[in-house]
Amino acid sequence: MESSPPPLPSQRFRWLRAFLSLGLLVIALVLSSVVISRSLNRIEPEPLPSRVIPAEGLSILERIDREFETAWEKDQIESAPEADELTLIRRLSLALTGAPPSLEEIQQFQQLPELADPVQSWLDHLFDDPRYHQYFAERLARAYVGVEPGPFLVYRRRRLVNWLAEELAVNRPYDEIVRSLVASEGLWTTHPEANFVTVAIVDGDGKNRPDPIKLAARTSRAFLGVSLDCMQCHDDKFGDHWKQEHFHELAAFYAQTEMGLTGLREARSREYEIELLGDTEPTQMSPRPPFRTELLPDIGSRRERLAQWITHEENEAFARATVNRVWGLLLGRPLTSPVDDIALEGPYPVGLEKMANLFRRENHNLQGLIRVIAGSTAFHRASASDLPESPITQAQEQAWAAFPITPLRSEQVAGAVIQSSSLQAIDHSSHIIHRIRRFGETQDFVKRYGDQGEAEFLETAGTIPQRLLLMNGKFVAERTQPNPIMNSATRLANYSPSDEAAIDAAFLATLTRKPTLAEKAHFASLLSDKKGKARERAMEDVYWALINSTEFSWNR
Amino acid sequence: MESMKPSSLFGDCGTTAHLTRRHLFRSAGLAGLSWLTPLSQQLALGAEKTGKRPRSLIVLWLQGGASQLETFDPHPGGAVSYGSSAIATAAKGVQIGSGLPLTAERMDQVSVIRSVTSKEGDHARAIYNTKTGYRPFPGIVHPSIGAVLSHELPTPVTGGQPLDIPTHISILPSAFPARGGYLGARFDAFQVGDPVNPVADVRSRVDDDRAQRRMESLDVLENSFARGRLPDLEAKRTLHRAAIANAQKMMTSDQLSAFNIEERPEGERKAYGDSPFGRGCLAALGLIENGVRCVEVTLNGWDTHINNHEGHAKQNAILDPALSALIDGLKERDLYDDTILLVGTEFGRTPKLNVTEGRDHWPHGFSVLLGGGGLRSGIAIGETDPSGEKDDPAEPVRVEDIHATVLHQLGVDYEYELDTPIGRPLPISEGRRIHQLL
Repeated sequence: MESSPPPLPSQRFRWLRAFLSLGLLVIALVLSSVVISRSLNRIEPEPLPSRVIPAEGLSILERIDREFETAWEKDQIESAPEADELTLIRRLSLALTGAPPSLEEIQQFQQLPELADPVQSWLDHLFDDPRYHQYFAERLARAYVGVEPGPFLVYRRRRLVNWLAEELAVNRPYDEIVRSLVASEGLWTTHPEANFVTVAIVDGDGKNRPDPIKLAARTSRAFLGVSLDCMQCHDDKFGDHWKQEHFHELAAFYAQTEMGLTGLREARSREYEIELLGDTEPTQMSPRPPFRTELLPDIGSRRERLAQWITHEENEAFARATVNRVWGLLLGRPLTSPVDDIALEGPYPVGLEKMANLFRRENHNLQGLIRVIAGSTAFHRASASDLPESPITQAQEQAWAAFPITPLRSEQVAGAVIQSSSLQAIDHSSHIIHRIRRFGETQDFVKRYGDQGEAEFLETAGTIPQRLLLMNGKFVAERTQPNPIMNSATRLANYSPSDEAAIDAAFLATLTRKPTLAEKAHFASLLSDKKGKARERAMEDVYWALINSTEFSWNR
Repeated sequence: MESMKPSSLFGDCGTTAHLTRRHLFRSAGLAGLSWLTPLSQQLALGAEKTGKRPRSLIVLWLQGGASQLETFDPHPGGAVSYGSSAIATAAKGVQIGSGLPLTAERMDQVSVIRSVTSKEGDHARAIYNTKTGYRPFPGIVHPSIGAVLSHELPTPVTGGQPLDIPTHISILPSAFPARGGYLGARFDAFQVGDPVNPVADVRSRVDDDRAQRRMESLDVLENSFARGRLPDLEAKRTLHRAAIANAQKMMTSDQLSAFNIEERPEGERKAYGDSPFGRGCLAALGLIENGVRCVEVTLNGWDTHINNHEGHAKQNAILDPALSALIDGLKERDLYDDTILLVGTEFGRTPKLNVTEGRDHWPHGFSVLLGGGGLRSGIAIGETDPSGEKDDPAEPVRVEDIHATVLHQLGVDYEYELDTPIGRPLPISEGRRIHQLL
């Protein structure tokens, strides 16, 4: 795997060009030194939550790892090797910002001091990045309100996502975020969190009230990880646990909410009535949580009480639901599927209880949870074995002894194409033209590539339109064709010190890894002896192959 | 693996009967895969060989909610007509809106259901409901009817060769094109725009030599990616190379010309009307001729909350020539019995005009047209209240009943339960066949 030093360029002019490009590089380095030193200052690892690393004995991280390792031993599953550092930061950037790291970011990363924990340092970098705030907010919002445009006039999804992004930027405790959503009051314009409730207002029924059934369904799935909404029309047919009443008593918490001139308010005299299966008369339902009723406070409006109950430190279901979802967002597959259907009384998948308990005790610290998951042995597994003769097995993947291969979402593929065509990170500090172009074209790309909406972990692959779009589409062509100002392919073709260095950089920019020896030999040969436009076109072909590979569109 | 999960809204989902059947499939080694390789495919293949069954579906989608009163369920002279008139048709005793004179001449070739009901009055939810036969439900995306057909029936054969182009196509897709849902994105409708434009991205941007080198480079990358990874990663999971191969097959296929309407005689093109929708209908005919399983053509613009009559007059003027020319075209090519033609919409519109002379959303009795495919034609099913007061039409037909009827007629066992990724089996459709049509 170790790459040999690049051979000297065979031609004099190549040597001259190398010299000039080195000069350019020096200038660029001087100019960006301020930025880089600022970034490096940011990359001071923050300490983990206090209780993650206790003074003596096994740390909680080690105990979570031990649980996985014990399970692997018991089932005689060998764990895949440790993934290399670049793979780890690729996974993190894709999950948290929706795009792989830029070439410039990779270079910054490689300058980190040897001792720093690469994953935790990279998280420090990402947690400060507005791309994380926006992207993760969008992913979470899908569980809260789905992706539909919702009722006209009283709902703006974008405002909810922006609000959530601001909350993530300051790492507001997750229980506080959820309480704001559930108990929100006021207008959707001045209180963006109120959109969680107003999305359920029924268009055109004249009542101007959110549908308690829709809100109860969202609440049980997104915050409790229980698909109680199945009991909307009948009792649980597979067990004795749930009754129809459980769902409607939850819905009753939302029954008094209505929209007034000053926004959401509670009509405290209205009661919730529903006709249960087999009944001919409606029954009045009092608000009651479906389990752990002792945690429900006595005072406050119905929604305030519900919000307190959901996020109570002792409510394990809330912590489990959050851990399972965040795990899924980071590893592409939740610990237990479907993501919002966790058996209330277990058995729980390996790792879930320990992480959920930690999350509860650590004040529902979302960044802390991401650090724990990203620090786990499961996250650090490679997705391939070192030995081709004994490849990864299904059993290894199922048990998290190998990192699962999952498809990137459409916006991640778009983000990857855009990012790989630029040497610098395309983010909030990019030129406005870059950003506008990125937004408009991403929307169009996502539409055509296929957005799975809120079906977050639906595995979909192998569609012809996706392939046609990447093989022949304008989106990729414009970002890889000869263009010395905009495109990294052209710039690498012209300014790299050698063919091999250009290929190295192209692999890093697209796949976040160095080429293997065989790959380097093949791709460098495509560039060798080519000059000018022919060289730029050859590099375009290199990028085409990289972008059209399985590896580019799948998380590994 | 078999966890006892709570059951769903959907019908009688907790009986032991289907669990037993499901276990049978599991023990037969199809665990978790029965939704990829349905046994009914084999059955359908048998049916296909005998040539008895219709094989294709065309859905003309009137998006926005077409008013039943100005299309297929007029109440002329009544309080709810507000001046909308009706005309007699080739079907005895069946009148339709006067804005559809060409269709009126062909009403003996189709049947109209005037009593379709659903529980969804919001566009996105109602479109989901009408296209899939299921109401939206968190945690799962149900497949549209065209995806079900592509999944359940074998790959169509045309001229002795399997079809190179997609079997499920949406022309002029709206914001809500037909989707594969839990069957997988590869069953999503392939989307194309106005047929005056060529299909996007089906032409390589480079010459053959460069294309060849690109594919060689791709091979190098794929070989290193496969190294040490799951042996059946490509075959069972990524399907990446397969999709590229299929895309290439399509790029070089003569069947691509089926999308092209330029070569059709001018007279024929004119008959469909000079509109994207008309051209879409003509392209649909060519695609069906080539063996495509399901084509959806969307006509947007029926959401007439303001000035309903004027809006519908415009829409009818686009729909009328296209629909009638399509019926003629299918009959001329002897494809009418092979093809079910469905004209659908997400809901109807309110019997009462609002203050802006518009009609609002009304899922309590709207109209759907069904024809071809050996279905009974020339009849009207159901009746809505001429006074517009009642929201329970006579002989009500649920959205899912239309699904069951179409699927049954095309040879799909619609009661068959597919495994879904959420861990519980669901019948393909929970509807009941509409016996008057069979």
